[in-house]
Amino acid sequence: MSLIRRRFDALIIGAGGGGLRASLQLSRAEANVAVVSKVFPTRSHTVAAQGGVNAALANVLPDNWHWHMFDTVKGSDYLGDQDAIEYMCRVAPKLVYELEHYGVPFSRLDNGKIYQRAFGGQSQNFGEKQAARTCAAADRTGHAMLHALYQQNIRAKTHFFDEYFATDLIKNEEGAVLGAIVVSIQTGEAMLIEARTTLLATGGAGQIYRTNSNALINTGDGLGMVLRAGIPLQDMEFIQFHPTGIAGIGMLITEGCRGEGGYLVNGDGERFMERYAPNAKDLASRDVVSRSIYLEVKEGRGCGPNKDYVLLKLDHLGADTIMKRLPGIRQSCLTFLGIDPIETPIPVYPTAHYCMGGIPTNRKGEVVMPVKDTPEEPVPGLYAAGECACVSVHGGNRLGGNSLLDIIVFGRAAANEMIEHMKENRYRLPMNEASVEKAMDRLHRWDRKGEGETVDGLKEDLKKAMEDYCGVYRTQELLDKGVEEIGKIRDRLPNVYINDFSRTFNTARIEALELENLVEVAMCTVVSAAARQESRGAHSRVDFPKREDQQWMKHSLYFSEGDRMDYKPVRTKPLTVDSFPPKERVY
Amino acid sequence: MAVTNSDPTLASLRWQCRRGMLELDLFLQRFLLHGYADLNQQQKRDFIEILAFPDQELLEILLGQVSATEQHINEIAEKIRQCAAL
Repeated sequence: MSLIRRRFDALIIGAGGGGLRASLQLSRAEANVAVVSKVFPTRSHTVAAQGGVNAALANVLPDNWHWHMFDTVKGSDYLGDQDAIEYMCRVAPKLVYELEHYGVPFSRLDNGKIYQRAFGGQSQNFGEKQAARTCAAADRTGHAMLHALYQQNIRAKTHFFDEYFATDLIKNEEGAVLGAIVVSIQTGEAMLIEARTTLLATGGAGQIYRTNSNALINTGDGLGMVLRAGIPLQDMEFIQFHPTGIAGIGMLITEGCRGEGGYLVNGDGERFMERYAPNAKDLASRDVVSRSIYLEVKEGRGCGPNKDYVLLKLDHLGADTIMKRLPGIRQSCLTFLGIDPIETPIPVYPTAHYCMGGIPTNRKGEVVMPVKDTPEEPVPGLYAAGECACVSVHGGNRLGGNSLLDIIVFGRAAANEMIEHMKENRYRLPMNEASVEKAMDRLHRWDRKGEGETVDGLKEDLKKAMEDYCGVYRTQELLDKGVEEIGKIRDRLPNVYINDFSRTFNTARIEALELENLVEVAMCTVVSAAARQESRGAHSRVDFPKREDQQWMKHSLYFSEGDRMDYKPVRTKPLTVDSFPPKERVY
Repeated sequence: MAVTNSDPTLASLRWQCRRGMLELDLFLQRFLLHGYADLNQQQKRDFIEILAFPDQELLEILLGQVSATEQHINEIAEKIRQCAAL
């Protein structure tokens, strides 16, 4: 396999909202920018974000950035870094107006201002009345943002490598990142992109779970690249689950179904939430409902031939209510399950939705890691933004409307820092051929012929094991077993072979490369979860039900070498205002 | 579920069916497995044409929430929809 070499000032891996906001900033600063995306850019997962983007514009109700900051710190269960959160909330209005100028067609109020809707976790005056902070372009905000940013990039002459898959970062002996190896999916050719700065914006890794709400492309590619480069991942035990995904498919069934009077039943036809939450019943918080569903299935009271889901009953609501209030849900059930919820209950199971953890960065988007006595030493030349990064603004739990904000704020911030870095470091570092060779060897591994396991087989086992041992119900015993099981799956990886060695659109090879990333990320997630002996945000331990600030108000860092854990303090000091000290999180 | 390169067009299409939303992945992957092989040449061209639609518009057409202005797009959408619950 020949190796093509190209040189750019900046390499952006991933073309969702974070990557495109960064590339736009760089291209406008006249940097020579390459964006590598494994799918066509406007098919990135940002397109699925429907809700909106938070900014304290105060167009509907009184609001200011400090209240937004309070809500985000509280929502994070005090694991969020308060300097980054202050920065994000302060700059949010400016960047939303900027999006408006880029062409995002925000919905409007009668007075012409941007429409803002109320989301959970938003408050006025530090926890008092409900706020309305989420700016929306109907129910297609992510789609509108992605298309506007892509068009602006075309105008700014950003260079796109569409349908290229990035495999490994290239580093020198001192640890500086010099670019990456990428493969053209169309031709199978490998290419070395040398870059003075590299940004990872590869999105989440929901595909490590059997039931998840993510697109198939969310395989944690940037996370795998970082771990292989010897850089840790941060807070990976924090995965946001939604209690009612369609069983076996993962698609979200909105809480609105239960809000309208729908309820859950087990295989015995029992309305089981009455046992777990006698008062709130089916409207208990997401984590309580998720764990209850898990327990019903685990204790043999699930539904279906494998007893591996429960049922969401809506049929008692009547056809009129369902058609009027829940038409989208009915349409999805008719289309994908062939059932009509007016007559038949919906099979549901908790679905993995969002990764709060990721590549550790500071608020400038620089990737940071512990070096000797310094907990946050920047990795020269490497940056990260969006769901693959952990700034950390979401801490233990992300608030609705903050993910689209995260990608534009820190995509832009990282780009600004990359521009500064290039001003201060005017010369390209020499290429490290040993690192290139190592990356190419790893790629050639999939050219080996042999008999063994299949990619799909191992992937299925991995996703099932993550669901069984590292899902919504977490105990030391289960998590330790999970570490053991995922370890065994990792050991089986060298015995996986593909049987397609063609060059053109060899998707079997791409899926094998994705599998390697999934295995790395799954191991990181379960080891991090087994280590954190408290309940905080989305990480809910049955055997350690309380938040333990004294011992655990700190960020986890997982290194793949030796599956080693390390920790670093939460940045509790904001930039200009007083800290929000940890309090019990009550809504 | 890996597709070998005995049909390079199919291998290419398989990647075009990787989209930004789980719903579209389900629609399109299921259709490739259960419906694509039965299409005639014109219908295969129609399928390639519908794949060029932006994700959100494609989802709305496939869910039957909107109709395309071209009849052949609605016809291929109906075929995709029929495979979704398989």
